[in-house]
Amino acid sequence: MTRSRLALMAAVALLLIAFPPSASAMHISEGILPAPWAALWFALSVPFLIWGLRDLRVRSQREPMFKSLVGLVGAAVFVISCMPIPVPTAGSCSHPCATGMAAILIGPSLTVVVTSIALLLQALFLAHGGLTTLGADIVSMGVAGAFTGYGAFRLATAIGVPRWTAAFLAGVLSDWATYAVTSFELASALHGNATVGHTFAAVAIAFCPTQIPLGILEGFLTAAACRFIETRRPGLIASLKQPHGGVA
Amino acid sequence: MRKVIIATALVLLVSVLCFAPARRDAKWAGVDETVVEKFAKEAGRPPREPLINTDQGDLLLFVFLVAGTAGGFVGGYYFRELFPPKHKTGEKGADV
Repeated sequence: MTRSRLALMAAVALLLIAFPPSASAMHISEGILPAPWAALWFALSVPFLIWGLRDLRVRSQREPMFKSLVGLVGAAVFVISCMPIPVPTAGSCSHPCATGMAAILIGPSLTVVVTSIALLLQALFLAHGGLTTLGADIVSMGVAGAFTGYGAFRLATAIGVPRWTAAFLAGVLSDWATYAVTSFELASALHGNATVGHTFAAVAIAFCPTQIPLGILEGFLTAAACRFIETRRPGLIASLKQPHGGVA
Repeated sequence: MRKVIIATALVLLVSVLCFAPARRDAKWAGVDETVVEKFAKEAGRPPREPLINTDQGDLLLFVFLVAGTAGGFVGGYYFRELFPPKHKTGEKGADV
């Protein structure tokens, strides 16, 4: 099993670098954030990473196949967050994030971990994002996207919304939350003489023509992925909803 | 599943039909260029060159080919392990 896991991780790593560097969207490029702001976002992301790694250790001890699922979800997050989709409403390209889907499948803390790995490889090999801005990108895509998507899914299912509708909402809201937090990160560091609120509104509005339709598309993708997994592995999503759930 | 696929296709189709004619001059730049970097440049913080530039000649193409072939094969193998195909009753190897 150890060799299997190593082979899977190697495959994921290879897949991660096998995508062209043209995809661009919420990632904040190298050098855009001043050092104190970059350090602050790194510091904010660290507790979530530690929580996620601890969660991975505990849950993989209960169910060895869980690591394989995490690896596969990580590969999906990387691929989808590297996939530029032309949006005719804006005449520009952007990408979904897949953190809502990942949070439903493996939980929000582990989604932060797999997102961090994806973002690190993108920054190292694909000129997509940056090492100095990695903390900010982890907070916007990993933390905000994952926890918003997971919260939306849990809340919606708790009040009786059908599971596929809940997955749709998780995908939509995780995407929009990611870009809202990216807007805040840019606004807080680069507002200059303007107010943070004014700059935040300007950046967020600039994202809207691309991200509103793309967020809806991500909602459908999330619902379709959950539907597929439920068909192939019935009960998996329900078991993962539990705090200490594992692979069925 | 079929409904989800149809709905996704409809959203994409309506989006293209309604808005594509107004954006024939689109260059399809990423929003990091049209939004993030635009605001950063206006604020006097343009992006720097990436620390590792892999886009040199055919090197990137070679890396994509090797990584895609090897990663796709191994990843596909373990995908089937995690999500095995459904067997029909009576088929060889089916769970009875």
